[in-house]
Amino acid sequence: MTEQRKARIATASLAGCFGCHMAILDIDERLIELMKLVDVDRSPLTDIKRFTRRCDIGIIEGGCCNEENVHVLRDFRRNCDVLIALGQCAIMGGLPAMRNAIMHSDAPLRECLDEAYITGRYIRNTTHNIPNDPALPLLLDEVYPCSEVVEIDYNIPGCAPSGDVIYETLAGLLSGKFRGFERDKIRFD
Amino acid sequence: MEPATTRHLRPDEIAQIGAICDAVGNDPHRMLDILLSVQDECRWIAPDAMQLIADRTGLSRIAVEGVASFYAFLSQTPKGRVTIRLCDDIIDRFAGMPQVVAAFETALGIKVGETTPDGAISLDYTACIGMCDQAPAAMVNDVVLTKLTPDRGAEIVAALQAGQRPEDLISDHFANLTPHDRATRQVENNIRHAGAVLLGPGSDRAGLENALTMTPDQIIGQIEASGLRGCGGAGFPTGRKWRIAANAEADRRIIICNADEGEPGTFKDRVLLTERPHLLIEGMTIAARAVGAREGILYLRGEYVYLRALIEETLEDRRNRGLLGQGIQGQDGFDFDIRLQMGAGAYICGEEGALISSCEGLPGEPKTRPPFPAVQGYLGLPTVVNNVETFCNAARVLDQGAQWFFDMGTEQSHGTKLFSVSGDCLNPGIYELPYGLSVRDLLVMAGAEDAAAVAVGGASGTMIARDQFDRRFGFDDLSTGGAVVVFNGQRNILEIVEYYMSFFVHESCGYCTPCRVGNVFLQKAIGKFRQGLANPEDIDYLKDLSGTIIETSRCGLGTTSPNPILSTLENFPLVYAAMVKPSQDRIRASFDIQSAIDSARHLAKRRSTIFDEDFSK
Repeated sequence: MTEQRKARIATASLAGCFGCHMAILDIDERLIELMKLVDVDRSPLTDIKRFTRRCDIGIIEGGCCNEENVHVLRDFRRNCDVLIALGQCAIMGGLPAMRNAIMHSDAPLRECLDEAYITGRYIRNTTHNIPNDPALPLLLDEVYPCSEVVEIDYNIPGCAPSGDVIYETLAGLLSGKFRGFERDKIRFD
Repeated sequence: MEPATTRHLRPDEIAQIGAICDAVGNDPHRMLDILLSVQDECRWIAPDAMQLIADRTGLSRIAVEGVASFYAFLSQTPKGRVTIRLCDDIIDRFAGMPQVVAAFETALGIKVGETTPDGAISLDYTACIGMCDQAPAAMVNDVVLTKLTPDRGAEIVAALQAGQRPEDLISDHFANLTPHDRATRQVENNIRHAGAVLLGPGSDRAGLENALTMTPDQIIGQIEASGLRGCGGAGFPTGRKWRIAANAEADRRIIICNADEGEPGTFKDRVLLTERPHLLIEGMTIAARAVGAREGILYLRGEYVYLRALIEETLEDRRNRGLLGQGIQGQDGFDFDIRLQMGAGAYICGEEGALISSCEGLPGEPKTRPPFPAVQGYLGLPTVVNNVETFCNAARVLDQGAQWFFDMGTEQSHGTKLFSVSGDCLNPGIYELPYGLSVRDLLVMAGAEDAAAVAVGGASGTMIARDQFDRRFGFDDLSTGGAVVVFNGQRNILEIVEYYMSFFVHESCGYCTPCRVGNVFLQKAIGKFRQGLANPEDIDYLKDLSGTIIETSRCGLGTTSPNPILSTLENFPLVYAAMVKPSQDRIRASFDIQSAIDSARHLAKRRSTIFDEDFSK
């Protein structure tokens, strides 16, 4: 008989603010319980940069604003059985998706970058250049929610989701008992 | 040169706009009339003009702009002295509009949406103008041109550029024609079958004469007994509506005729307005007597502006004959008159709340219900809003009696119905036939034996397939405002559905989110199906989202706009099934990384290190 293995989890932050990853830490001392059940593979929490093995659960913070986000997200989809969109940016695009509101323009991306780096009222950019280092990934024409790029299995809503919701969702998924959220857990008013 | 959009008004324009405001007593409720006149005279609503109108009517400039920006026929950029509006309905497209558009663009040297550099001619698209039986069609200012061809398009442009006026395109002696002749020279009636009630022979004063011998209560009793229901689509019992308005506490009551038939594929009111204008006004007059109204409004859609002279002549004629105005037919105290209100290109104004808003000089946004208009409508007064066909029917009921009307049709739908048949058939046009007729029978009459799909009720109706052609028209089974749009087996169902969704996206008033945003999502999703990028679960997405839009929208537009999708999902499931495939590796094929990074590639002037395969070369 093989010993029951620990579940493997991977996480990534795409076009997000890392707040959702902070929220994961808000699980607090229950992290100790959780770590008895899981190994964390590729994740900024472990600083493992590539998948070492296939994972059971992938957790994505943030939507896709550049080509690297798309690349990472597809990599997660290929390497994880279950993929979770964590927080508003991953689910809907969130705050970064505000640039999608530049609609009635022939060159919305140029307009966005001009305002951010050159013409904006509070900008102090003495070079008057838009950053364009070859190492910078190319931006996408707009910010996409994760579900437009790959199939997402579960969404954990919130900005950021509370540590309780994250813990209960993960615990439920790991024990095979997750049946959706209680209403009071996804109310924000 | 100063850009046109910041140009200040000339003194003569200021005087002109002042005169326009004076003509309606600077009444803010007549805002739509004011703006339509200014648009006519100045060819746009300039920022200065809005300020001037605001000062005259006592409103804020932003309130004026709210109205000016709402309606498609009002422009906030300068338009040419002649505006050509090409009808962009799906029937027009199938009838060859794309080639006609190309001919206009070539002849004018501009694209749709632009104005010639000399400011002479603008070219635009517009939603269905009610000419599906003679498509492709276009409006040239107030003139309607039908059955267009690319050659005719070039001729029209040449004539206009040679200095001819739009009406010269119809006749050399247009001004000498009677209003009725002017209308029928522009637009054919195409009456294919006249029934007993509306289009057959009949008096257009006997109904009113009978009504004058009855008490208001007896008139309403007759309408109730006839089983007449609203013919605009919703089918609310007309007698009940009249009784609610009659019983509402008020010292002013209003009768409004809804002649804003904007449902793509519907053109029955066009024919009634052309051939039975007296019957319509008679019906409104009878309604006025029944509910005790002194004021009436006939709301004519902007696309039917070519009928304005005919309607005005009819009203004037009836005033002269004592059938309208003070003391009708010599009866002391029976006063009723009608004002013609032009619309300005907004489908939503066919919804009665939006129509009332529009009559009040507001943007055509629906009102919160309840209160219903029969209790609190125009300016908060009890208001009866009925369709053109309904008023005409009411007049005939008073003429021939309730029993005569009741005996025609089916258990829940009495009398006859005008069907506007268009699309892939030999005899498009108007058919007046009793309720209870099967779809198949109508298709045979129209010469549409090879029909594969029929949109009953137009864009917001039901799309049915061959196996349902034995269903019957009427509120018992297939209800319709009159549109019967026929498609043969060569047509792409998803193309039709995508067109209808784009129509709703364009025509949503934007007030409530489910309709404003939801329809855009539906349109995008259908686009995915058409491109073969949809997943099987996208079918559930369509159903879920449609359900949400229907349940949470504020008015009839949103509660019916998903119908093209829902009815085709049900009746043409294989069309959808054939277009879906599961995504590979659960990665969405509908997301195209190459097009997503293209603008950044150009801005950064470099290629992608991840997605450009030849990067290393």
